[in-house]
Amino acid sequence: MSLVNLHQVHKYYGDHHVLKGIDLDIKAGEVVSIIGKSGSGKSTLLRCINGLEQYQEGGITVDGKEVTTEDIQVRRLALSVGMIFQNFNLFPHMTVGENVMLAPTIVLKKSKAEAEATARAMLEKVGLAEKFDSFPEKLSGGQQQRVAIARALAMSPKVLLCDEITSALDPELVGEVLKVLEQLAKEGITLVLVTHEMNFARDVGSRVVFMHQGKVWEQGDSKTILSNPQTDELKQFMGAVL
Amino acid sequence: MLYFSDLLQYSDVFLSALKTTVELTVLTTILGVVLGTVCATVRQYGNRAGQRVVSVYVELIRNTPFIVQLFFIFFGLPAIGMMLSPWEASMIALTINLGAYSTEIIRAGLASISKGQIEAAKVLGLNFRQTLTRVIFIPAFEKIYPALTSQCIIVMLGSAVISQISVQDLTYAANLVQSRNFRAFESYLVTALLYLGLSILLRFAFNALGKRLFAYRTSN
Ligand SMILES: Nc1ncnc2c1ncn2[C@@H]1O[C@H](COP(=O)(O)OP(=O)(O)O)[C@@H](O)[C@H]1O
Ligand SMILES: [Mg+2]
Repeated sequence: MSLVNLHQVHKYYGDHHVLKGIDLDIKAGEVVSIIGKSGSGKSTLLRCINGLEQYQEGGITVDGKEVTTEDIQVRRLALSVGMIFQNFNLFPHMTVGENVMLAPTIVLKKSKAEAEATARAMLEKVGLAEKFDSFPEKLSGGQQQRVAIARALAMSPKVLLCDEITSALDPELVGEVLKVLEQLAKEGITLVLVTHEMNFARDVGSRVVFMHQGKVWEQGDSKTILSNPQTDELKQFMGAVL
Repeated sequence: MLYFSDLLQYSDVFLSALKTTVELTVLTTILGVVLGTVCATVRQYGNRAGQRVVSVYVELIRNTPFIVQLFFIFFGLPAIGMMLSPWEASMIALTINLGAYSTEIIRAGLASISKGQIEAAKVLGLNFRQTLTRVIFIPAFEKIYPALTSQCIIVMLGSAVISQISVQDLTYAANLVQSRNFRAFESYLVTALLYLGLSILLRFAFNALGKRLFAYRTSN
């Protein structure tokens, strides 16, 4: 059964037609890499999936439930869709531990002890257990992004959306974040990531979706599509990236 | 020659006046900042109508003299059946005044919070009220804390005007004492020093509170 389903999704910013009829079906356990030029609509696609942006036509369901931007819906969705941003967006006035515990405590109404146990386990998973009491600004970018991953995981999402989460990092810090993602993929979590890391897409990803001009231009098994692209646009894009 | 000892017999007058000024300051600082926080939130995140109402309030207060606002509340409102004691009228006028100025200051703090912070809270499932109180307020207040502190002190000093409707505050006491013993120099000097002391105390209190609220800036 599909976990995330998009059917003929159209999205406009004013007159600007950004998504032009997206069909996409993602099953539990898939690791889907979305690639494409800047401005092709990758971020918008992710933001529609978790209800941060409204779409005008078509339908999106996550775990069988329809996605709308009505606030209640966004919050219900938040429980099954986690999202990680390019700029981490950790809350600066909270310790690492508090960042991870916040939503489980006030959204899921877990007890403090239970939330703390979860937070410690998630931080352990991303290799930052010892940073529980540190404030985000004391961490490197790579560490901050790993905390953001732990924070999302603490809500036990069914699918994790990642929007260029290594793009703001110094090159030497990219590896540690990708390693965490790889580990998550191995554990079977469903990942949808916008990325420029072609090696990661090929080696860890199960599927690659190439977006071009607001459409899913080409998609398929990651190893096949990246070694044997069909469309000129994808060939050109890969020539530019590699 | 100066005769500060002539003021000694009025020390009770000064003390009770000091108490009045301190009480009003504490109360109106709290109420004014709360009012400003609510208005700034509406102004920044509210609907069109709410934003309009707040704008009118802020502009109305910021573009009229405080003493006129005070007189309007004390002398004007009884005409429509609202009788207020001098103390009540002062409390309301000071709160409304600080509320308007702090709205502008706090709104600047709210505006400094990136959209990313709000979206991060949203995708974690926080509702808007939780986002405000847990995610937005502390970093927003940190940004504008010095300006807010100064504004609260300005309003405290501006409260001297309420002696005009015979609230027995510090300035009222100074006027009273110098009219009795004609020691204007000593009387006003002592009063000025008392205001100075209050300013320093208020700043000190704000700093102490700030150290607790924004502890994340200095710790580990
Ligand atoms: N908030 C917005 N308002 C108006 N236009 C937007 C907004 N966000 C994105 N766009 C436009 O939508 C298009 C797709 O943007 P985006 O989804 O961010 O692309 P990508 O992530 O692939 O770089 C771009 O042309 C961009 O300028
Ligand atoms: Mg993007």
